[in-house]
This record gives sequence, C-alpha cells and structure tokens, in this order.
Amino acid sequence: MSALLELRDVEARYGPVKALHGVSLSVEEGSIVAVLGANGAGKTTILRAISNTVRRSGDIVFAGRRLGRAGPDAVMRLGIAHVPEGRGIFRELSVWDNLRLGAYVRRDRAAVAADAERMLGHFPWIARRRGQAAGTLSGGEQQMLALARALMGRPRLLLLDEPSLGLAPLVVREIFRILAELNERDGLTALVVEQNASVALRVSQSACVLEVGRVVLAGPSTELREHDAVRRSYLGY
Amino acid sequence: MALAAFSWQELAQQVVSGLASGGIYASLALALVLIYRATRVINFAQGELATLTTFVAWSLTNHGLNKWVAFPLTLLIAFAGGVALERVVIRPVERAPVLTVVMLTIGLLIGLNGLTAWIWGGETRSFPSLFSTGTVDVGGVAVSYADIGVIGVTLGAVGLISLFFRFTKLGLGMRAVAANPETSPLVGIRVGWMLALGWGLAATLGALSGILVAPTVFLEPNMMQAILLYAFAAAILGGLESPLGAVVGGLLLGVILNLAGRYVPEVGGESRLAVALAVILIVLTIRPSGLFGRTVGRRV
Amino acid sequence: MRLAWGLRVAAVAAAGLSLAILPFLVGDYRAFELGRMGIFFIAILGLNLLTGYTGQVSIGHGAFMAVGGYTSAILATRCGVPDYLTIPLGGLTAGLAGLLFGIPALRLRGLYLALATFGVAVAMPSIAKHDRLEGLTKGTTGINLPELHSGTWLYGVTWAIAAALFLLAFAIVNSRLGRAFRALRDSEVAASSMGVNPAAYKVAAFGISSFYAGVAGSLYALSNAYVNPDVYFVSLSLFLLIGAVIGGLGSLTGVIAGAAFVQFVPPNASSILDAVSPFAVDSRAPGVPSVILGAALVLVVLLAPTGAGGLLRRISAPLMGRLYTRPGGG
Repeated sequence: MSALLELRDVEARYGPVKALHGVSLSVEEGSIVAVLGANGAGKTTILRAISNTVRRSGDIVFAGRRLGRAGPDAVMRLGIAHVPEGRGIFRELSVWDNLRLGAYVRRDRAAVAADAERMLGHFPWIARRRGQAAGTLSGGEQQMLALARALMGRPRLLLLDEPSLGLAPLVVREIFRILAELNERDGLTALVVEQNASVALRVSQSACVLEVGRVVLAGPSTELREHDAVRRSYLGY
Repeated sequence: MALAAFSWQELAQQVVSGLASGGIYASLALALVLIYRATRVINFAQGELATLTTFVAWSLTNHGLNKWVAFPLTLLIAFAGGVALERVVIRPVERAPVLTVVMLTIGLLIGLNGLTAWIWGGETRSFPSLFSTGTVDVGGVAVSYADIGVIGVTLGAVGLISLFFRFTKLGLGMRAVAANPETSPLVGIRVGWMLALGWGLAATLGALSGILVAPTVFLEPNMMQAILLYAFAAAILGGLESPLGAVVGGLLLGVILNLAGRYVPEVGGESRLAVALAVILIVLTIRPSGLFGRTVGRRV
Repeated sequence: MRLAWGLRVAAVAAAGLSLAILPFLVGDYRAFELGRMGIFFIAILGLNLLTGYTGQVSIGHGAFMAVGGYTSAILATRCGVPDYLTIPLGGLTAGLAGLLFGIPALRLRGLYLALATFGVAVAMPSIAKHDRLEGLTKGTTGINLPELHSGTWLYGVTWAIAAALFLLAFAIVNSRLGRAFRALRDSEVAASSMGVNPAAYKVAAFGISSFYAGVAGSLYALSNAYVNPDVYFVSLSLFLLIGAVIGGLGSLTGVIAGAAFVQFVPPNASSILDAVSPFAVDSRAPGVPSVILGAALVLVVLLAPTGAGGLLRRISAPLMGRLYTRPGGG
C-alpha cells in the first residue's frame, strides 16, 4: 500500500527563522497519524507546509502528485482540508454559512445536501443554531463546526491542528470519538497535530514526535504509548 | 433673514428629493464599503472611476446608442475596468500596509482625473437623464419622476447586491473573504479573485451613481469630487463596516443636506460640503463605528 | 563618523553658496520658479514631519496653506502690515488652526484621519466662499495683494526661510520630540509605555506641520499677489502629498526632490509625455499633467516605496557609512 501523503525532507521558515529542519513522514490511506510535540516544536508548521501557507522547500507528494507551487486554495481543491490553529471560524458569518463554505468548491448539490444532513447527525446542535453568528459559539462548538466544515469538502485527507486546545476534557473526548468513528466507518484519513498525547495516541494508528523542527521518534501508536521517553515527556507517567 | 414660509407639502418634497440625492451618495458609499470590508482600504479613486465610466456612457449615447443599451453596457465596462485595476495595480501591494494602498488609490485618483480630461477635454457637458421630466402627485405632494426613478434604481441595485451576497456561492465567498481572509483559501476560495470581483462590483456601483448624478450636476472631469466627499460622509455615518449602514447613511445624509439647504439660511449651494465635513468629523469623534458599525477591536 | 559629518557640512556649505548666486545666473523668471519650488519645499517639509515622522496622513495640507495665505492677504490689505512681515503670522494662524483640527483628529487613526483631512481639502474653497466670511475673504473674487515682487526677491526670501525651517526640522527630528514622534509612528502602544503622551505629541505634530504649511501658504499668496479659493484647490493638497511620497516619507533631504518634482513636472508634462510615449499622442491636452503625476505616484509606491530619500540613502550608504540610525527604514 502506498502512502496517500508523503513528506520528504521538508524545510520551512518564517522570515529568517527556520521552523522545520528536514521533516519526513507519511500518511497511509485510511489511517490517522498523530504528530506530537511541545509548543514551538513545529507541529503547526508541518500542516502549514502541506497547505502551502508558509515558505517551504522539499518534496510533498499527495496521491502520487507533487504539490509543488500549488497555493492553499489549490491544495484544498486537490482534497486536503485544513482546520487551522485557532479553528479558523468565519466569526461574523452564520453557523450554516460556515458549514456551507466547507463545500465551497463542490458542484454536486444533491450530495452536498446529503453530507450536510450527515453532519447534523454527528452534530445535532448545528440545526438549532444554524442562523447564529459563528463567533458566538463556545470554543468546543467552534471546533466541532470547523471539523464539520472540513468534512463537508469530502476531503481525502484531513489536517487537524490541535483540536483539543483550550477545550474541556469532556469536549475533547467527544471530538476524538467522532474522529475515530469517521475513521472506522468511512475510512477517513487524517493528520492530527496534538499536544494532548494520550488522546491522540489512542485514536491514531501511527504517530511521530517532533522536537525543534525534527522528527525524533516515529512508529505505531501502540508502540509509542509504551515508549519510555514518550511516557515521561508527553504522557506524564 | 426672514424664515421662508413653511409648508408640510414642501417639507415632504424636500425629503423626497433629499432621498433621491441620498440614493446617489448611497451607491457610491456602498462601493467604498464593499472595498473597505474586504481589504480595509478606502478607495480614494472611487469617484474618479465613476466619472470616467460616466464619460464612457456619454460617448456611447453620443455615438447613437440608445441609453437603455448604453447604460447597462457602461456598467459592464465599469465592472471589467474595476477587476482589471485590482489585478494590475492593487494586486502587487496586496500585503502592503493599508496606507501604502491608500496612497496608491490617491495616485489613481489624480491619474484617472487627468485621463478623463485628456480623453474628453475639460468642458462641461449635458448628460441624458434616464427618466422623463415632469411630476406626479402623491398625496398632494408633487414628486418628480426623476426623483422617483433615482430612488427606485438605487434601491433596486442595493436589493440585487444584497440578494447576490445572500444567495449565491460567489457572494458567500466574498463574505467569507471579508470575514476571515486567512482561512478563506483553506476552504478553496481564490481570495485574489474575490477581491477583484469586489473592485468590479464597486466600480459598477460607482458608474451607476455617476450616470444618475450626471444629468443634474452636468458631466465634467471633477464631477464626482463633491459626491465622493458626500459618499465618505455617508459611509462614515452608517459605519464603514456596514453595507446597510452605507445605504441608510447615504439616504439620511441626502435628506439632512437638503433640509439644511432649505431651512438653514447659512447652508446653501457649495457650503453643503462643509456640512458633510462636519458630519464626518462629528461622527468620527463621537461614534467612530457609525450608526450600524460594531465597535470591533482593531486588527493589528 | 567625524569624516562623514565633515563631508556633510562641506556639501551643505557648497550647496548654500551656489544657491545664493543662482538667481543672478538664470534670470528673473527662473528665479521665480525656483522660489515657487522653495514654497513647495517648505510645505512638503511640514507634511513630511507629520506623515513621515508621526505616521499621520494628511490629504488636506492645501487647506492649511490657504489659512496662511488668507491671513497674509487680509493683514496686508486691511491692516497695512508689510507683506513679508505677515509670513510668520500666516504660519502661526495656520499652526493654530492645525492645533484645533489636531484635537478632533486625535481620535482618528490612519485611514480615518486621511478621510477627514481629505474632507477639509474638498470643503475648504466652499468655506472661503461662504457668505458669512465674504467680508473677510471677498468670496469667489478673492483678495489682491498690494505688491507684486520680483522673482529674485521671492527666491531670496523663500529659500532663506526654507533654510531656517529645514534646520528647525532637522533639530526637531533629532531632538527628544523627534524621537517621540518616531516612537509614535512605529507603535503607539510602545510609545505610551515609554512615557510618551500620544495625544499631546500628535497634536503638537499637527500644529508644527500646519505652521510650515501656513508659512508656505503666505509665500504662495505673496508670489501670486492674490488669493482666491481656487488657488488652494484640492489638487494642491494632493500635490504636496505626491511631493512627500516621491521625496520619501521620513527623509528630510528627499523633500528637495519632492519639491522639484511638484514644481517642474506639471508644466513640463507634455514634453515628458512626448519623450516617454511610444505613440504619437496629443500631449498638450488638458489632464496630461495629472496623468503624469498620478502615474508617478503609482510607480513610486509600487517600485520605490522609500522615495528619492530612500534611494539616496541606499546609494550614499556605502560611501558615508551609517549616517542614519535607520538605514533604508521609514
């Protein structure tokens, strides 16, 4: 089985500051891959490198195709949905508009409507709040809305940036439960950047640990969960 | 100075003709607001762009084209011109500080003004009105067809634009870019084209205001300078962020200026400009977000 | 550092000497033109202090020139004050007007200030024509001044004042006040945390800048020997802004280039157009000067955002070392 997404020796920089020093990793179709690491390790930058919102070099191959110079909107059209750091909600727009924007590039109206119904199945509260400005939602609701928006694009690959950030443990569990469910039932492929290693290692099949812009450890999640260094630094036991 | 005799009929007339000029300010103000919302830039060249396109309309009718063909054609030309201007001139400074872009639009203001005078000369021309002369009696108040027409056309245009924003995918995309330009590309929106589209729509609205105002103020290269100031005042009154505010602000300003011109002896003719300036200064000092704007934290 | 200063002083001295004998070499009309350039120099210097150093944009400085010009004309005709003595008074009146405008302008940042000042520029002629002021301003007709001076007189007076005001500007920029201005421009929040009171300094900058504009406006009135509302029309304000941008915001030496541009480009626009246009065009048509000015502004913003001052700095930097604390900046 060949990888859906493959990063080879990817470097990225913000102005003069290098944030990634040659990162390689791959994501198999139908799997969830977690990227763990401390603040500032470059986790977010990996996702930004993929959707080309940061200056980068190195090879990124998606579904057998080099991403090259494709801009963020073109990357999205190829089937990569990116839920950015801070969720990227359109605060002034209604909840429903936010959801619709997820399907912005799709032309199959009937299927879009069916997908919207499916999202209401996962997140029933959206139906009640559809007219409300998205900026007025709670943090957890915004995260779920961002996830739903990304799924509306029927992505082949989902990039999820710190879905647990600033959320109550119960909400975090709910979000990861939905993620696992989508993965098992629909074969969703995702690359999840996460500081909360214990949840991330539970839903993912494989994971890697990032330190100062380099991958220092990679392997199946079950193995990483037992790894001493990971337990000490990221799981805290 | 003796106060002019007061009658309710006349007041109503003044209000209606105020609404008519207000509609013209409203369409130009709406053009300014569309661009401001998407890019935080005030387009100082909006008025000159409108003048230029109004001259195009004049040339088309002058070459024997029926005005009902010439004017819509002008709106299309204005749209294309707005899009082209954004792509060619504004695009390179997309990420530059706002004031750099404003400086650029001031350059466009001067250049387009010169271009208009270069092509068509500096003299004043009469411009055909869309509406027939004469008045109609509405509940004892004589209202001119021109006033009704101008109010109708501007409200119609505003209505069409709000339908476009609310119900079309492109409209959704433009609203998304205004709300969150960073995330927009992540859902597949081509931000650059949305901005160009915004400039196109703004130029179209400007052309509309030019075509509506030209029959009364006569066509000349500096025609829109005063109207631009009124549009600024209208947009600020309504709140630069708010399209609805621009429309209400425009209509309100039209009525204020008209009533002040009629009933305040100090105000007449050109000194309306000073009233508009006063409106700008007062609103900005007391309530910078305008009537409909929300006080949002400044973007850094 | 010492060598650089020496070079600088020598250059200034040489420039001063050649400027002093210049009008006798070029004839009275050229001297008049160079005098007018000096007027623009003063006004743009003031605008640059405001926009280049405190980051407040004014598109209405022509209006403050008008205040200075009208003050001079009124004092000279009504009170019999010798016209050259009205120049500082014109400056002070405009400075006062600037202070007054600076107070509501305090609440206006960047764009809003640009809008408000644009409003001032557009509304100014109509205010000068207003019935209530007609006794003072003589409405549309305007006021004729008693004396028309020679070009050489204008040249001498203007450039003497310009030199003094340039030194003043230089002193301001390099003083505590100037540092406070720059701090405000770069970050208002940081400036106030350093103990700079933004309100006071911004109003002060507006006042100083309007004083410069007022002096220039008085000289402008003297050079024409008349004032009327249309002398100080909107385009004058725009010209000043163009001069400031072309000279380079935040660069005092660049102002000279900006002033030369504003004085000499519009009258020679048709020959410039003939020289650069690949097609045969009607270069004498009205509007050509504006096209050239607008295009120049657009090109400078797109291609050389630091203006002439920035270019000069880039060229002279290797020769003169670090004369400026912010090479290539601002």
